[in-house]
Amino acid sequence: MGPFDTSRVAVPGEPGATPPKLRTGLRSRHLLSVGDLEGDEISLIFDTAEAMKEIELRPIKKVPALRGKTIVNLFYEPSTRTRTSFEIAEKRLSADSLNVAVAGSSMVKGETLFDTARNLEAMAPDMIVLRHQASGAPFQLASICRAGVINAGDGMHEHPTQALLDGFTIRAHKGQIEGLKIAIVGDLLHSRVFRSNLLLLRALGAEVWVCGPPTLIPPGIERFGVTATTRLDEAAEGADVIMMLRIQRERMLGHFVPSLREYFMVYGLTVERVERAKPDVIIMHPGPMNRGVEIASEVADGPYSVMLDQVANGVAVRMAVLYLLAGNPDEM
Amino acid sequence: MKILLKGGRVVDPAASRDTVCDVLIDGAVVEQVGSGLRTDGAAVVEVPPGCVVCPGFIDMHVHLREPGQEHKETIATGTTAAVAGGFTSVACMPNTQPVNDQAGTTELILARAEAAGQARVYPIGAVSRESKGKQLADFAELRAAGCVAVSDDGQPVADALLMRRALEYASSFDMLLIDHCEDPALRGGVAHEGYQASALGLRGLPGVAEELIVERDVTLAGLVGAPVHIAHISVRGALRAVRSGKERNIPVTCEVTPHHFILTDEMLKNYDTNAKMNPPLREAADRDAMLQGLADGSVDAIATDHAPHHYDEKAVEFDRAPFGITGLETAVALSLDRLVQHDVVSLSRLVELCSTNPARILGVAGGSLEVGSPADLTVLAPDARTIVDVKTMRSKAKNTPFDGWELHGGVAATIVSGRVLYVNDAVTGAEVFASIGESIPGESAK
Repeated sequence: MGPFDTSRVAVPGEPGATPPKLRTGLRSRHLLSVGDLEGDEISLIFDTAEAMKEIELRPIKKVPALRGKTIVNLFYEPSTRTRTSFEIAEKRLSADSLNVAVAGSSMVKGETLFDTARNLEAMAPDMIVLRHQASGAPFQLASICRAGVINAGDGMHEHPTQALLDGFTIRAHKGQIEGLKIAIVGDLLHSRVFRSNLLLLRALGAEVWVCGPPTLIPPGIERFGVTATTRLDEAAEGADVIMMLRIQRERMLGHFVPSLREYFMVYGLTVERVERAKPDVIIMHPGPMNRGVEIASEVADGPYSVMLDQVANGVAVRMAVLYLLAGNPDEM
Repeated sequence: MKILLKGGRVVDPAASRDTVCDVLIDGAVVEQVGSGLRTDGAAVVEVPPGCVVCPGFIDMHVHLREPGQEHKETIATGTTAAVAGGFTSVACMPNTQPVNDQAGTTELILARAEAAGQARVYPIGAVSRESKGKQLADFAELRAAGCVAVSDDGQPVADALLMRRALEYASSFDMLLIDHCEDPALRGGVAHEGYQASALGLRGLPGVAEELIVERDVTLAGLVGAPVHIAHISVRGALRAVRSGKERNIPVTCEVTPHHFILTDEMLKNYDTNAKMNPPLREAADRDAMLQGLADGSVDAIATDHAPHHYDEKAVEFDRAPFGITGLETAVALSLDRLVQHDVVSLSRLVELCSTNPARILGVAGGSLEVGSPADLTVLAPDARTIVDVKTMRSKAKNTPFDGWELHGGVAATIVSGRVLYVNDAVTGAEVFASIGESIPGESAK
């Protein structure tokens, strides 16, 4: 438990709540990497997200916690789920948010990321939520911005709010994360979801297994503190959580896999493979999923699938992160 | 006009000399080296204590960007940077626009270098037309125009047949073939393939891409009996291949850059684009192997791979930034600090790596203070303190990861063809070298 316990998290403006107090337990004004979060900060985000979930149940799903705060969603890559989730979270907290979608092609001939960011900065936003295809772009942005920066996915590097919502979902289903066997399966090499989840789950004491074709296991995996295998049955055996990663359909081109058909035969999550896991296993996927490629439809639609919980929790977790970052009076 | 440099430590491995003595320069050549030389009519300079007189340093791998990319560097700014870094000569790679694959471009480079009047410039011609790897460039024409070597540099010679023919053909004109060794099929990354790149989500450049081509080149050089020089070696497997070639008496030589014997991929942690170059910063075991190679003689030369880029070009996402860092103004101080002060190599061995060997490998004048050699001298100040500061650099470009580093050792003065072209104000007593310039009518020492 962090500096706050669940009962003491006040959502400002809520009738009957303890007097509204803008405070934060996050040490940085940015969220760039899960690796920057201490264990107590992760707990604080989870506990705050619990409080945020309650807002969804109300007839009027809106609180004034971020009233008067300007948040720019700067997306250099197409995104439906993440952008929508951030946007809903921002609106529920009464922030003034706007979406800037930069097409990939204009990036090549047009303004640089940093010039775009400086121009946005001139309009004094409080937060910039950045999705970018280049690993590290949010770090570079944070180094020149007064606004707080949230990494909404950078290349193959990290996707911190995805990992936080995954961890929150696991905690909701399992009560705790410490000691669970969690298997992450699929295209590990190109996955920012994998990298952020690895940092989060290890920090919270899970036993992490990773599984994928040898061509898609990152070099140096032995230093990641995981058990790596190319046999899905080994990874699934006795697992509490199986987290499937998306494989892009064009991976045949770099000789990573021969065909999607063969990929499904060897690495696809089928009902038979799920049966090796614990009876109460939960199956996760960050979306968008390829049915019949990394996951059988029977599994995706099965009783152990928590994918829609992940999406629902995404809003609450992003509300928590935005509130804890943008609600920090010391930085404003 | 005669100048007598009196009473300094003179280190000249080509003459097996490391002793306190005098050097007498007559105009553009060395007239005599020895003790108690007569001073009739010569301007006498008492070499300040702590300064070491060496044959001029030669950087056999730089990019001067002219013609075509003058916003990054020009021949004038690049050669001014060279003398400020202690280099009296540089060999410049052909990846200009247009590529230096014909006499006209070579002549332009030499004319601009002459006009600049700073460091000597030895152009390197292209192996293939436009460095496209399809058809040999005209080596005889390039040689006649003044090229000392051929290389396709950043576009490594992929085709083994072209490589074989180029080696055979170049050797008949006494032209060295220099290869940037990287298997093109294994390219596409931006950082050394390994734990750091994996953790940072950066696409990897595997070390074996270098090793494979070094093995190929050594094997081909053995087949045809022609010399090959491996540019900027960076991984231990590639060095092993070079050693193995030397053991078999194959004429293979190699160079290493200061950044590859000092830095590792740990530098990438904040996505600093000034830590992005090709070959990339490797892991610690590779860096240590480079130091071992410098010490045991399997590495022949230190070269900078000076790769100036405009500030705007580096102020982008890591994936999009161009490869390369500057090196001319940091290499000597870095080498004195990390190699000599840390007892990796002796001062004499450092002079071999920076002067004697580059001259021999390229087949150019210099690399020695023997009588009749060009009066190209690098005066070192091994005990001076150097603070790297991009704001005071002569190069147009500022892309170095060493900005702000404090180093033990520096350059006191640089003399090219008997002309004092650089004097380091930060070195105590070095101002005596400036007085030489003042004593020569029409010459200024700046």
